Amino acid sequence: MYKALADAIRDAEARGVTLATVALEAEAADGGRTIPDIRATLGRALAIMRGAITQGEDPDMRSASGLVGGDAAKLISGPAGPLAGTLFRDVLMRALAVQEVNACMGVIVAAPTAGGAGVLPAVLTGIAAAKQVSEEKLIDALATAGLIGAVVAERASLSGAEGGCQAETGAAAGMAAGAAVEMLGGTPSQVGHATALAQQGTLGLVCDPLGGLVELPCVFRNATGAAIALAAIEMAMAGITFAIPVDEVIDVMGEIGKSMDVRYRETAGGGLAATPTGRRLAKERLVQIKRADG
Amino acid sequence: MVSLLDIIGPVMVGPSSSHTAGACRLGLLARGLVGGTPETARIELHGSFARTGEGHGTDKAIVGGLMGFRPDDERLRTALDIMEREALDYTFEKTTLGEDNEVHPNTVRITLARGGRTAVMQGSSLGAGRVLVTQIDGYPVEVTGNLHTIVLVAEDVKGSIARIATLLAEAELNIATLRLSRKQRGGDAFMVIEIDEQPGEAVRDTIRALPWVRWAFRLDKVGAA
Repeated sequence: MYKALADAIRDAEARGVTLATVALEAEAADGGRTIPDIRATLGRALAIMRGAITQGEDPDMRSASGLVGGDAAKLISGPAGPLAGTLFRDVLMRALAVQEVNACMGVIVAAPTAGGAGVLPAVLTGIAAAKQVSEEKLIDALATAGLIGAVVAERASLSGAEGGCQAETGAAAGMAAGAAVEMLGGTPSQVGHATALAQQGTLGLVCDPLGGLVELPCVFRNATGAAIALAAIEMAMAGITFAIPVDEVIDVMGEIGKSMDVRYRETAGGGLAATPTGRRLAKERLVQIKRADG
Repeated sequence: MVSLLDIIGPVMVGPSSSHTAGACRLGLLARGLVGGTPETARIELHGSFARTGEGHGTDKAIVGGLMGFRPDDERLRTALDIMEREALDYTFEKTTLGEDNEVHPNTVRITLARGGRTAVMQGSSLGAGRVLVTQIDGYPVEVTGNLHTIVLVAEDVKGSIARIATLLAEAELNIATLRLSRKQRGGDAFMVIEIDEQPGEAVRDTIRALPWVRWAFRLDKVGAA
């Protein structure tokens, strides 16, 4: 697999093919699986992602702690905001839905992780529904997202415990932005700019879940991560470029993660988890989980 | 090397790849050591597994794994109820298995029994669903579950490795890794053999029939994809 997006972009542009094509070829060469076989696996992942969105639309959904659930449904039937009836609101709904399902021990695709699992399906399936994108192109988009994520894993990190939330929902936003731009007909270079634009907007984002649970703020951070991806997609498709090359943006995300205090890396020792209300809620809810489990 | 399919995956029951999917995989590996669903299990949780495990369903995931459920099986959510219904005697304890710098924060020790056979396994969930079994019956081991694995304890006789390698080759099985550990010279040897293909029961039985093999079990591949 590629270790730099610049290499993948150069190869794809030299041959006049998509990043999905070079990513699938690299995966086939590495793992000894055929491209149709890899695409079939991605197709199954897509089906699981859609299933999670549908399941998460349930207004009665609650996590074991009771901290999250039922908010995706509010974006379906709750009062209108300025973005009612738009793709933007639909994408937010989808991101919340997947992450609520995750918090409720439902089945999701960890892409790239369980904690950041809402962003990619929300952005890709939301845009595909609004713009009538074919199933084939959606599967290609997952391959492109996988390529971007693999480069982030190689150069930086995809773990909140190592790099904070910038490495989970931040990386997911970069993957989703790049993949969506290619799905919409953008060039490989535009994919790189979209990924850089999304990732730059999440630099420094800490991982600070209440009680260490993948619930609060994780559910909402998937929605805001998806919103950052949409912003990056719109800018990149308009031809806006980001002056710092995407691989350098990814590298600096890794460096920021390494220098981040341990309190901000999934330990519940800092950030929202350490606010007075955060501490109180975590304490109460952990007691409730113990009671619920008898 | 990072695979694209590791990034778009695994498919799993939430909420945490380390505390849920990884915990389930440790349960699945432990189950292999007694050849099926254990009748009793003492599950000792260490570190972050003990502190935040309940909120992540770590207990349900380990129990589900012991019962043979995989990380994407929705029955994980109700695994504790199923355990009670099946009258399985599994207990949980929070403990400290060592100093912070020696033992990974997401570690569990499982003492399990089935049909007169008992085993003790200690393993850790390393993140992103990856796991590492570090001790079996007191022997230091390294089992990842990324490949099919045969574990066995044999008397420390000369030529034992060659004999087993030949058996596997005759069964058309390709050894990926082989690790040997002993508690003392001339004592029993613990062998961990990772294999590319899934070994059949016949191979396991042939290994078990060797006079110097005390016991042998197959552990299923539990890794992603």
